[in-house]
Amino acid sequence: MSYTSVLGGRRHRFDTLARLLAAASPERSGDRLAGLAAASEQERVAARWALADVPLTEFLAEPLIPYETDDVTRLILDTHDAAAFAPVAGLTVGEFREWLLSPGADAGALAALAPGLTPEMVAAVSKLMGNADLVAVARKVRVVTAFRSTIGLPGRLATRLQPNHPTDDPAGVAAALLDGLLLGSGDAVIGINPATDSPKAVRDLLELLDGVIRRYAIPTQSCVLCHVTTSVDLMSRGAPVDLVFQSIAGTQAANASFGVTLGLLDEAYEAALALERGTVGHNVMYFETGQGSALSAGAHHGVDQQTVEARAYAVARRYDPLLVNTVVGFIGPEYLYDGRQILRAALEDHFCGKLLGLPMGLDICYTNHADADDDDIATMLTMLGVAGASFVICTPGGDDIMLNYQSASYHDALYLREVLGLRPAPEFESWLDSIGLLDEKGGIRETTGAAHPLTAIGKELAA
Amino acid sequence: MSEVAVQTSELWSSLRQRTQARIGLGRAGSALPTRHRLELQAAHAAARDAVHSPFEPDVIAAGLAGTPTVRVRSSAPDRLTYLQRPDLGRRLEPMDRAHLPTGEWDAVFVVADGLSSRAVHEHAAAVVRETAARLENWHLAPVVLAEQARVALGDDVAHAMGAAMVVVLVGERPGMSAADSLGAYLTYRPTPGVTTDADRNCLSNIRPPLGLSYTGAAEKLAGLMTRARELGLTGVNLKDETDALPR
Repeated sequence: MSYTSVLGGRRHRFDTLARLLAAASPERSGDRLAGLAAASEQERVAARWALADVPLTEFLAEPLIPYETDDVTRLILDTHDAAAFAPVAGLTVGEFREWLLSPGADAGALAALAPGLTPEMVAAVSKLMGNADLVAVARKVRVVTAFRSTIGLPGRLATRLQPNHPTDDPAGVAAALLDGLLLGSGDAVIGINPATDSPKAVRDLLELLDGVIRRYAIPTQSCVLCHVTTSVDLMSRGAPVDLVFQSIAGTQAANASFGVTLGLLDEAYEAALALERGTVGHNVMYFETGQGSALSAGAHHGVDQQTVEARAYAVARRYDPLLVNTVVGFIGPEYLYDGRQILRAALEDHFCGKLLGLPMGLDICYTNHADADDDDIATMLTMLGVAGASFVICTPGGDDIMLNYQSASYHDALYLREVLGLRPAPEFESWLDSIGLLDEKGGIRETTGAAHPLTAIGKELAA
Repeated sequence: MSEVAVQTSELWSSLRQRTQARIGLGRAGSALPTRHRLELQAAHAAARDAVHSPFEPDVIAAGLAGTPTVRVRSSAPDRLTYLQRPDLGRRLEPMDRAHLPTGEWDAVFVVADGLSSRAVHEHAAAVVRETAARLENWHLAPVVLAEQARVALGDDVAHAMGAAMVVVLVGERPGMSAADSLGAYLTYRPTPGVTTDADRNCLSNIRPPLGLSYTGAAEKLAGLMTRARELGLTGVNLKDETDALPR
């Protein structure tokens, strides 16, 4: 089936749904690298005209990647909830955009619709939306999850405290952990990217974090971001695993390049649930995604960067995760060239994930070879705060010394909470209050550190 | 300073001994104090300049003191294209391929600007010299100096020259605390377009005095090259047994 429109006195023709979606995508370097981008600005808009007329049901009838060869396609189609889809089943993509923006599409309607949407539908509609549209609709969606803290409530913004260290030195990690806690961070998760995936190194870090969380009765969860097979191994040996982490992507082949299958994720999910380590909820998975991973694995099947990213969210939602974040500018300028492209991708990913029912957070970040700086971080942070992101990742001074990239800082999170009146997760907020870190207005008190009881974390380990 | 302030600065200065992370920065309201904001910008500026500084092959050639060199470019015509099209940075410019000398070389060193020409200007010549000095009786090709080049360009070079293995010394992606970090990638009998990263062995963070030293890098590289020649392979099956991680 082909798709056509007339624009600028020319008839534009797109041979497949995948070609149409790719041509309708906003400009980004990754789609050009893959040879999928629109050949001109007019062709891009022509593709959007044609896409606006496509019925949503077409995405159920015409899989972008064949059902027979890709288990993510099978997952999407086999779990599609036709009853939930019914309210929008008669709409085209263009009409769907207008419905999403209408007052009738409120939090309850959007939550009920989520199981009826496929990644391709939400990716398609996002291509017809401006940045402000993506904010306005995502803001209406609330996805609430819980483990030892509750994430995603209205008026709340959680943070991941990321105390990475290039050699996993316990004292170095503890020093960065103390810094983050004193700045009121860590209610989404205290999450470390370890320098190696060795089970011993991962276990040592898990025990370090578990010790601090228990000793200070912090209502949060830890995660050492290792491969899912490492977590399964460690859980079987009694290591204190709170959340199981995995990077995932939107095709079977891209997941294979990460060494992951749905079967492996099923196994890890069951094992983590069985540990029953949550206190206020039982969401036990943590996923990271990011545009470009399928292309870099040579596994995109001719599907554009953003649509294939949205398909990763279908994998995530199978496991009721506590947290999902797109690591939006991590891979580099060959996928997202500059601050403008990274911002657009961040808003798209957040919107698509939220509509599909996920607790979306972001690692708002860039590498130094991308054309971006700390002002781009501030812009993205502000827009995503308005859009109602569940959490953001924070690093000391915004500089991750392990992964060599720039992310938001603990200070950035303080800024966002201040200007938008957002508060930490409720359990974590009470804990901050109990240890004297909350000021009378509910902000984080500027502490001298030395006099604070938490500093024992740093003093003992640095000794 | 008050007693508490003294204790605070002592605490953070002792904690900062344990990590280069930017901890204990203090606050101006919710934001960073001016000094720390400017320090971050300075580090970012150094990284950006490292990415965009032009490659100067003369600097490397001078550092190699008499070792013959050949200069090539990738198919990426400029930095902007290079950053967005890694596929072009992996392929030789066709005219340059034709000019490469061929021979029965045991190995070829390729110095590639990668993402930090500063890293190769500062460290590459010393690593080549120190490594070559440990490779007695090896038939080494002229050192290839490659502009707008990524790691896999070395596959194209080795293939065109007839070299049995290639060592690519490349400027790593600059972080804010290291804008001059050099990486080394060893590949045995590479085939352009077929060889993958899993077929390579890598040393990273060559950057004395804070990172790996020249002699440390040269020892490891020469050792890996010798074992690669014995086993006829590189990659995941060639382990650096000197520092296997405890399991």
